[in-house]
Amino acid sequence: MSTRSGHIRNILQQKLKPQTIEITDDSARHAGHAGARESGGGHFSIDIVSGDFAGLTRIQRHRMVYEALKDEFGPMIHALSIQAMSPEEGNSE
Amino acid sequence: MEQIREKIGALVHEHDAVLFMKGTPQFPQCGFSQQVAAIMDSFNITYEAVNVLLDPEVREGIKDYADWPTIPQLYIKGEFIGGCDIVSEMHACGELAELLKPLQQASN
Repeated sequence: MSTRSGHIRNILQQKLKPQTIEITDDSARHAGHAGARESGGGHFSIDIVSGDFAGLTRIQRHRMVYEALKDEFGPMIHALSIQAMSPEEGNSE
Repeated sequence: MEQIREKIGALVHEHDAVLFMKGTPQFPQCGFSQQVAAIMDSFNITYEAVNVLLDPEVREGIKDYADWPTIPQLYIKGEFIGGCDIVSEMHACGELAELLKPLQQASN
């Protein structure tokens, strides 16, 4: 795991108390495209299951993840792919 | 800033479906924008695509407008629907088709 992924994981673990969390650094797949060059930040996929998401809409869940990571946008994060589920939804898959 | 909010508000209410994206549906400049444009193109509807790369004020303003830090952003009937992950998820489970049904009928 890259250091940046570890950093993102730590923040989300503290703020969203996930049951499970998986972070993938997809930066290599996007290296060199226009936006990635500008900010220097990476692309990450976040797969997160947290009880905090129960009863919330997709938009609300994604906002919680963005809010938790708002200080990391820029040099650290250029773009995120988020899959946010409640434990019930996560178990049904 | 207020002017930009008004401009974006007018745009999303003027058209039934508006996609703010990097590039155009024909020449997308970002994989996420490309993915949402491809999904929208798979429906028999007309939608307004706004290339934020051509307008730095809209590019920044749209993030405040929806309180959403990333692009693309899809709006249907003035309402913010989501970015690439949410639109893809809604497409996969059929929710997006339901949402776009009234637009398909309107354009026929």
